[in-house]
Amino acid sequence: MDRIPILKMGPFLLVTIQVDLYDRLALNLENDLITMVSKTEAKGVLIDISAVSIVDSFMGRILGNIASMSRIMDAETVVVGMQPAVAITLVELGLTLQGVHTALNVEKGMELLQNKIGLNLLNQEEYQEPADDTDL
Amino acid sequence: MKNATSKVIRKNKAQILESWMKYQLTDEDLRDDLMNMEELHGQSEQLLDSFLNALESGNMNDINAREFEPIRDTLGEISVMRARRGYSPRETGTFVLSLKQSLFDALEKEFKSQPEILYKEIILVNNLLDSLSIFTFETFIKGREEVILRQTDEINEISTPVIRVWEGILALPIIGTLDSARTQIVMENLLQEIVATGSSIAILDISGVPAVDSLVAQHLIKTVSATRLMGAECIISGIRAEIAQTIVHLGIDLSNIKTKASLASALRLAYDMMGVEVKKMDRRSKISLL
Repeated sequence: MDRIPILKMGPFLLVTIQVDLYDRLALNLENDLITMVSKTEAKGVLIDISAVSIVDSFMGRILGNIASMSRIMDAETVVVGMQPAVAITLVELGLTLQGVHTALNVEKGMELLQNKIGLNLLNQEEYQEPADDTDL
Repeated sequence: MKNATSKVIRKNKAQILESWMKYQLTDEDLRDDLMNMEELHGQSEQLLDSFLNALESGNMNDINAREFEPIRDTLGEISVMRARRGYSPRETGTFVLSLKQSLFDALEKEFKSQPEILYKEIILVNNLLDSLSIFTFETFIKGREEVILRQTDEINEISTPVIRVWEGILALPIIGTLDSARTQIVMENLLQEIVATGSSIAILDISGVPAVDSLVAQHLIKTVSATRLMGAECIISGIRAEIAQTIVHLGIDLSNIKTKASLASALRLAYDMMGVEVKKMDRRSKISLL
């Protein structure tokens, strides 16, 4: 069965959707992502949909669901790189994805997530380095 | 099979053309500044020729038939050209309808002693020219519509520029009424520009929008939502006092949208959001820099 890879980057999870989502795949993604959030205690989820050119109401709802579920589990969701055509379609469908944060690209999305959870990269490195030392 | 009318026309072609020209010119509304005499003469002769050829083929009823193709082409060309030059429909119609009178004159002279044939032929010619004049009107209006469509496209293109006012800030002054079609164009232009420039703030200036009703507000909200989905913030500026009144009276909820009275204050807000500080330079420090 097809699955979309979920990458762990520090306290965040990164999902890059490279194919057009069909219903089964979207449901799997929702499932896998929430499992990963609970397993890794991620603070943020970043979904890159820059390669998605077709969207329907189901896909819009899945995105909203992921955001709501993540928030219950204390993780913020950012959707990045939405195509203009996709944005127009979602608005015409009446799905404005309230509660989902958005950003232009992955870089800005990461920045937004870091601001959201009150962390910045520097602090985190300082925090992680001594932790590595103690492990050694 | 040759019929009586075509024979008469063939015989009296020069006379018919002459009297047709005379009828066209006696119309007091004709503006001779729009077209010169030679051109009119040429067109009339060409049309009469193709009319004669079509008649000689024997078809007297159906102007959609193949024999009438040259005459349809000629008429179409003439009426589209007249539409572009700003002729009135009346003038274009007279062009075809005045041929009727000169044909009747010729027929009457020929069949004076045979009223039955005269009646039959006149009915035939009458019907034929009526359908031809309807065809002329159709193409004339089509020509006009093409002009209108082209102008609409031009207005749409001119009226929705997306301006990059700062790194990461786009401004979009909207001028004229916002209908669904224009909203679509505005939205598409804006979103494409956001992707192309990687801007994170868009200012929608509506000082040029004459009135905001619930439909226009709906379109604005749609544009703002789409911008938000792309990951950019949208500020609406240029809200005049009357527009603010209408919006509140109509009960439109714009509380989720950042709104500012002027483009200047929207720009200030955008600078704040981006962490850019703009301040007046101290004159003395400027001099010392020089």
